[in-house]
Amino acid sequence: MNRASPAQQPARRYIMSLSEAELRARVAALEAENRLLKTRVIGYQKGDTGGKRPRTDDIVSGCSEHSLSNHQIKRYSRQLLLPSFGVQAQERLSKASVLVVGAGGLGCPSSLYLAAAGVGHLTIVDHDSVEVSNLHRQISHTEAATGESKALSAAVACMAINSSIQVDAWPTGFKPHNALELVQRHSVVIDASDNSPTRYLLSDACAISKTPLVSGAAIGFDAQLTVYCHGSQGPCYRCIFPEAPMPRACASCSDAGVLGPVPGVIGVLQALEAIKIVTQVGTPLSQTLLLFDGMASSFRSVKIRPKRPTCAACGQQPTITADSLPAYDYTAFTGSTGQQLNGHDQVRVVDVRPVEQFRMAHLPGSVNVPFLADDSSSFPGFVKQRAVALLHEAGVTEAVDIHGGLQAWAALDTSFPSY
Amino acid sequence: MVKLNLHFSGGLELLFGNQKEYSVDVPHEPPSELKVGQLLVWTRDHLLTERPELFMKDKTVRPGILVLVNDVDWELSGTLDSELVDGDNVVFISTLHGG
Ligand SMILES: [Zn+2]
Repeated sequence: MNRASPAQQPARRYIMSLSEAELRARVAALEAENRLLKTRVIGYQKGDTGGKRPRTDDIVSGCSEHSLSNHQIKRYSRQLLLPSFGVQAQERLSKASVLVVGAGGLGCPSSLYLAAAGVGHLTIVDHDSVEVSNLHRQISHTEAATGESKALSAAVACMAINSSIQVDAWPTGFKPHNALELVQRHSVVIDASDNSPTRYLLSDACAISKTPLVSGAAIGFDAQLTVYCHGSQGPCYRCIFPEAPMPRACASCSDAGVLGPVPGVIGVLQALEAIKIVTQVGTPLSQTLLLFDGMASSFRSVKIRPKRPTCAACGQQPTITADSLPAYDYTAFTGSTGQQLNGHDQVRVVDVRPVEQFRMAHLPGSVNVPFLADDSSSFPGFVKQRAVALLHEAGVTEAVDIHGGLQAWAALDTSFPSY
Repeated sequence: MVKLNLHFSGGLELLFGNQKEYSVDVPHEPPSELKVGQLLVWTRDHLLTERPELFMKDKTVRPGILVLVNDVDWELSGTLDSELVDGDNVVFISTLHGG
């Protein structure tokens, strides 16, 4: 049978339905992508773009003449017209560089707004690739980008909006070995990541290099925003949360769900905070936590502690330093791996997933006892926890819940399929 | 009795019957003031509906929970010893990681 695959059929119908103008627009977008692929360095090469990063305090002001071109004046006129923004702020913005870690529900809107506003240099880091289930909230990614690198796809979207800025994509991800160098090359960093180890790593790298960190997070209908490592008094993430929460207390969007506009609201506010910091306009959200409740459409602003003198990262005698950071084990600190199994020979692994999933893949020697909780959607690992509680009630007190489950196992054992 | 408004967010409301706001009367005998440490225990024993280990660890909140008294970090008012009076608002927030 000569039949197109289900994935190709809608794509072909889609192309056939386009007008000439739409096709031309599509060709232009593909050309932008091609240009990006040809000119940008893909992947991490030590010291590739080098040079001194533009810090906000390096930027000289007070010139009667400005450096903006006529095109820039026209393009950015609506923000140049603002008395509190103007030419000076735009010049600072065009000399600034912003690192966006995560090209998901927060990173997409924040990078798009930063590109549109004319930030001079944008770097987008993400090791993941675009999935269909991302498209409802990660608005830089198109259907055509499914399967492609998120970093690259988000960079292409930014380039399509503003070709006059420099946009770099880093599909290799944000890791302890490259964190400090990446952070040090930028004026401000946006935490748009989706996991606890990356949040601590980002905060530590920003604390060490004294780089402001605009931190956003969202899940379900709830979202949070604050600025860490700002000024002499601003706390870091570790000042507020010196001890990492246990993994089962941390819901992720893939476990608990999220409504697209909720991270959208926070991503846009992250762009606003980054613009304010690099242009020195307004008051950044330091020592303040903004809480957004999408269900009630309400914002709540609360005051949080200043820098903790005993903080391991930003205190007076830090133990996390430029030298120690690359070797710091963030997954062990946050307990985000399935490593509990290591070092136990006499372990009976009970797999509580439905039998269909057990048949797809399971750990050698594990037994399958499918277990269904009444509302398994609320918290990750909920089914496992209920099963463990029942075992405890029945007198099997040594039963424990393996944090992260098989997803965490698959992260360590690459031969195990993740699904 | 001390009249308080409690607010749970960041997923913590799931441990409290999926309810974010509570107006409560917490039993307390003068002359000493009610302290947040005592409120934690009362909240766990009277409002919490499941998995106390996701709310408390030892005598305080578990790591990852921020407590605010009248919208100010409890670190600035004495953490467990922060004093509470009629009409105070106490907010419990779980730090979020999603993006
Ligand atoms: Zn700190």
